[in-house]
Amino acid sequence: MSHDTPSLFPHPGHASAPVLFALPSAEATARLAEWLAPQLGPGDVLLLEGEIGAGKTHFARSLIQARLSADGRHEDVPSPTFTLVQVYEAGETEIWHSDLYRLTSADEAIELGLLDAFETAICLVEWPDRLEDLAPPKALSLRFLPGSQPDSRVLALSFTDLRWAVLIDALQLERLRDV
Amino acid sequence: MSAPLTLLGIESSCDDTAAAVVRLAGDRGLILSSVVAGQTALHAAYGGVVPEIAARAHAERVDLCIEEALDKAGLGLADLSGIAVTAGPGLIGGVLAGVMCAKGIAAVTGLPLVGVNHLAGHALTPRLTDGLRFPYLILLVSGGHCQFLIVEDAVSFTRLGGTIDDAPGEAFDKTAKLLGLPQPGGPAVESEARTGDPARFHFPRPLLDRDGCDMSFSGLKTALLRARDQAVAERGGLAIQDRADLCAGFQAAVRDVLVAKSRRAIARYLELAPAEPAFAVAGGVAANSAVRAALETLCTREGVRFLAPPLPLCTDNAAMIAWAGIERLERGLTDGLDLSARPRWPLDDRAAPLLGAGKKGAKA
Repeated sequence: MSHDTPSLFPHPGHASAPVLFALPSAEATARLAEWLAPQLGPGDVLLLEGEIGAGKTHFARSLIQARLSADGRHEDVPSPTFTLVQVYEAGETEIWHSDLYRLTSADEAIELGLLDAFETAICLVEWPDRLEDLAPPKALSLRFLPGSQPDSRVLALSFTDLRWAVLIDALQLERLRDV
Repeated sequence: MSAPLTLLGIESSCDDTAAAVVRLAGDRGLILSSVVAGQTALHAAYGGVVPEIAARAHAERVDLCIEEALDKAGLGLADLSGIAVTAGPGLIGGVLAGVMCAKGIAAVTGLPLVGVNHLAGHALTPRLTDGLRFPYLILLVSGGHCQFLIVEDAVSFTRLGGTIDDAPGEAFDKTAKLLGLPQPGGPAVESEARTGDPARFHFPRPLLDRDGCDMSFSGLKTALLRARDQAVAERGGLAIQDRADLCAGFQAAVRDVLVAKSRRAIARYLELAPAEPAFAVAGGVAANSAVRAALETLCTREGVRFLAPPLPLCTDNAAMIAWAGIERLERGLTDGLDLSARPRWPLDDRAAPLLGAGKKGAKA
């Protein structure tokens, strides 16, 4: 590929080449989630991947609370591991926070109403591998990898829908400004 | 003389479909039957537990459950005083299946219909089993939730605080998972912890320094991962003693947090000057002997009666729903056929929001 001509194709993060972000602390993860929260709208799906303790729920909780507090609301954001799905009202739309760990087949995601929610709500999906081929191609994938320190993480962002390219550019600019 | 109140209870808000028949007997309930279909392992919140999320499956099972519950109780629909059903919070498909069925029976028989909050069912269980007097304090640690509630009346609950992230049962399950122990994690971790040294690895006591009754258990996962990986790096694998020490350290941290926050909750509760002070712990955590012993000691010191309802009545069941229905029916509270299923239904919607972690979560 040529880097001489400015082009969105291929954008870093597109398909097989994820964009990496260093998250030095749990606080940094929360700040990223807070930055992302107001940018999301109905039909946006975030697939949160990573092992137990990687920080998926922490990220989701930070994002949901940021979104709710923008409306002047404060709610608990309990882990959805047991309840499978927690739904939050967010102005005109809803936020669906789901944890698919306990699902045994992708069909069960349909029973949960998740496929409809992918179109109408902001969806945060933990353990999205359970969706198999039902994972929407338009989703942004966030993989939380272990960092060098106990509380640090490396976040790998990948996507195929170029809607996310614009957002990730903005995020990178934001980061440069912080430096 | 009219027959004592006898209610059919129906529960289908999460993993299990259940039906039960409970009769009012003095100040408590007599469970004539309690049927749980697709009974999952006790208080297993993680790993290997297959949730029954399909509304269709609930709908198919609920009739059979009701039939079996009536059969076991030796009663027919004509012997009932009413139908109680979980109307939320929970997975909407499941709740709807139960509510629709209850409405159908109520419409055909003319029996009163009573919609019950699933969490109220858990919170009122100590009255079903032991006729506890209001107001009492309860630590509700069933399934995915963990909260302190003052139960002022069958229809009035004050939430003092709860977990801002994982429930303790979930933390035990995830710990077991991370250490390669079987599910459910509670018994597995407890058994390992018996031969472990709780002081060897450092585990945080989250939110201990913060006022109030809120708790956090999610950070223990990170601490556990760190300690585990350290131990593995040192020896090239996880030794049996390492695993026992990790379990003991983790369990001690959970115990300390629960005890410290229970102490605060009891202090708040005693300000009400209850005539017969009591602290009930409903949920799998009460089955952990280290946690239970510490909470019992705390209650003895505070002059508060300690109570832990039997475990089958702390996991999802319909007897608690029938009982909560009896309490509502006694107060003349019934619902019409317009009763709707509610995915979100906080028990205490007056609780003041906290910065960063407020109140009112669905099923929280």
